[in-house]
Amino acid sequence: MLSRVAQSIYWMSRYVERAENVARFVDVNHHLLLDLPSVGGEQWQPLVLTTGDRALFMERYGGFTRDNVIRFLAFDAGNPNSILSCLYAARENARSIRETISSEMWEQVNQFYFSVNTMAAQAGSMEAPYQFFSEVKRASHLFDGIAMTTLSHGEAWYFYLLGRLLERADKTSRILDVKYFLLLPSAADVGSSFDDIQWAAVLRSTSGFEMYRKRHAELSPDRIVDFLLLERQFPRSVQYCVVNADESLHAITGTPLGAFQNPAERKLGQVRAELGYAQIGEIIANGLHEFLDRLQRDLNLAGDSIALTFFATEGSPQGAGEGSAAA
Amino acid sequence: MKFDAYDTGGFYDEMISADGSPRPGTELLKEKIEALSLGELAQRQQAAELALMQMGVTFNVYGNEAATEKIFPFDVVPRVVPAAEWNWIERGLKQRVRALNLFIDDIYHEQKILKDKAIPEEVVRSANSLRPACAGISPPHGIWCHITGTDLVRDRDGQIYVLEDNLRCPSGVSYVLENRKVMKRTFPQIFAASSIRPVDDYAIRLLEMLRYLAPENVQAPTVALLTPGPYNSAYFEHSFLAQQMGVELVEGRDLVVAGGFVMMRTTKGLQRVDVLYRRIDDDFLDPTVFRADSLLGVPGLMEVYKKNRVALGNAPGNGIADDKAVYAYVPEMVKYYLGEEIIIPNVPTYVCADGKQRKYVLEHLADLVVKSVNESGGYGMLVGPHATAEMRAEFAEKIQANPRNFIAQPTLALSRAPVIVGDHFEGRHVDLRPYILFGEEIYVLPGGLTRVALTKGSLVVNSSQGGGSKDTWVMAPVRNAVSAQTSSASPLTP
Repeated sequence: MLSRVAQSIYWMSRYVERAENVARFVDVNHHLLLDLPSVGGEQWQPLVLTTGDRALFMERYGGFTRDNVIRFLAFDAGNPNSILSCLYAARENARSIRETISSEMWEQVNQFYFSVNTMAAQAGSMEAPYQFFSEVKRASHLFDGIAMTTLSHGEAWYFYLLGRLLERADKTSRILDVKYFLLLPSAADVGSSFDDIQWAAVLRSTSGFEMYRKRHAELSPDRIVDFLLLERQFPRSVQYCVVNADESLHAITGTPLGAFQNPAERKLGQVRAELGYAQIGEIIANGLHEFLDRLQRDLNLAGDSIALTFFATEGSPQGAGEGSAAA
Repeated sequence: MKFDAYDTGGFYDEMISADGSPRPGTELLKEKIEALSLGELAQRQQAAELALMQMGVTFNVYGNEAATEKIFPFDVVPRVVPAAEWNWIERGLKQRVRALNLFIDDIYHEQKILKDKAIPEEVVRSANSLRPACAGISPPHGIWCHITGTDLVRDRDGQIYVLEDNLRCPSGVSYVLENRKVMKRTFPQIFAASSIRPVDDYAIRLLEMLRYLAPENVQAPTVALLTPGPYNSAYFEHSFLAQQMGVELVEGRDLVVAGGFVMMRTTKGLQRVDVLYRRIDDDFLDPTVFRADSLLGVPGLMEVYKKNRVALGNAPGNGIADDKAVYAYVPEMVKYYLGEEIIIPNVPTYVCADGKQRKYVLEHLADLVVKSVNESGGYGMLVGPHATAEMRAEFAEKIQANPRNFIAQPTLALSRAPVIVGDHFEGRHVDLRPYILFGEEIYVLPGGLTRVALTKGSLVVNSSQGGGSKDTWVMAPVRNAVSAQTSSASPLTP
């Protein structure tokens, strides 16, 4: 597969996943605020922090009001991580690899972009954006299902999975991080019904509430963190994403699991091993924020080494070596 | 929606005769369309346009922002070509492509046609599209024009002419295939009841032809389509064809010359490419041979090509045969190389480089269409009868300043076909671009792109100038008593 094509598949799927996660944050936050009308406006701020775009937001908007935040995260073409921008980027990537993906995938991402673009231009979208967010999630799931059932499960598929899962691992960890630090203004609130509802919201924003309930009887912060970080079967937990991303990577290269032959396999394998042997008590004791911070940095490094290993179009040492052998 | 009030306006209409009756082969179509209400027809028109948008059948508009995409406007009333007429067109196109190919090969080798003075040497020597770098190259099987799109037009009296040959990177075939797909969804009953020749196998034939070009010792050749990238106006088509053929779509930056071969950069290292269907102009193919500032091409590509270690379709340099002044001499080429009379005539053409012909052109500017030989897409043109005196004077100056750059032709009364305009049909001018593949044998796709000048009265059908398209239905020869009886004296061109 062409390096450029692999890169576009990977980013196409990352951007769709990113758009879906933004919709999840906003949607859940909204429901949370409806349940707790007294909380006030500042509860929109964590959403902007979650996507890591605080500086850009401050530059473009004044305060963290509902309207500003929703506009910024959903419809602002000047924010590269808004739903609109993500879908634009996903579609541009898809457009450059239409011959590789299935027509059904292309039609879905094309339609997805156009419907978001149309809604961005409609005044009503800001007043009742929640139908819009459900639509975004649904369209993303549809795209994922179409990919799974129409794209051959070969190299292209594994690059697709790799992008999607790494993005999801990163976003789940950010949701946790923001909740842990910013939604808990006072220690007195810990363990209150207010706290329970917030934790339920975190679970819901990852579609994890129901699956969590099947696993654990009561809502406890430690168990929720455990569930979202280390649960092996829940498809939005960090552990699940990393394990499957690692397996996709090995499916691409053919290197046996547990071994490595390039920087990408080494880095992702390290992240997998660390999570595989982690224990929630230890993580909390050493500081969840520090743990998540390092995890996000490691995931970024894994992304960089994937780019270096597979996408570098100019004189990648591995490419050149194998090339002269093939000639 | 009825054709009762339809006015052919004194033009040859592709569907309705001057007396209001349907032309042979269009009876059933007319009947079915008339059975639909205005609302139904409008609904199908909208559904067709929506389908094209969703399929992403779009082109990029030059001079606009990169992100501007439009669908190529589409009219759901198809253009029908009767079987016997198509048979004649097909024979004519095969003859023409065979002669053009021999001409190109001759020009880059012995130049016998020039030595024998069968056509004026100066016209060839002065052509912008002549590529001295291609002299002496022998492409696989001696084929230079692998994919050709020839534009045909019909005059008021029903005569069909070749308007121009497009040998370099003819585009539009993807619209033929996608339009057909949409039409099958739009009018399934008419398809079921008619015998329309299919076009779906184009990509299979194209790939077969490209594989035929592969170097002889290669068992399973790797074919790739070379595109300038997503911002090219025809990018949709490049991507579509690569997908339909199941070959890689590559950009210049994906390719590199290494170890004497053309290689593509893959996730598993470099991989050899044996055949490139290139959709990049000659000028940009290889910065070491052609334009040095090109970022789209592959440095060293031509050297590999010369050694027959990679095949290129279309062959670089073949544009010498679609120069608009060289075009005027195609009938002579057919006679010279094949010893035949040309089947589909050229539009009479005045070459301004010729003193006598130039004089005629300057005296008759008000009646002629003047074209710049180096422009395409409907740019750089003067339509004499529609132009102001000032515009004509301006063109007269340009012609005198650089006569080689211009040709002139009589203004044809292009045939028309009905399109839906609001609640009725109106006639609009059309042309037809069939596609010809030259591999082991010459194949003409039964159909082609019917382009429509959607602006009332306009003669310019190019997509960049307000043109649209229609599906083109080539009818299969009538077997026995199946569909509408054709009166066997078909009113055909020559």
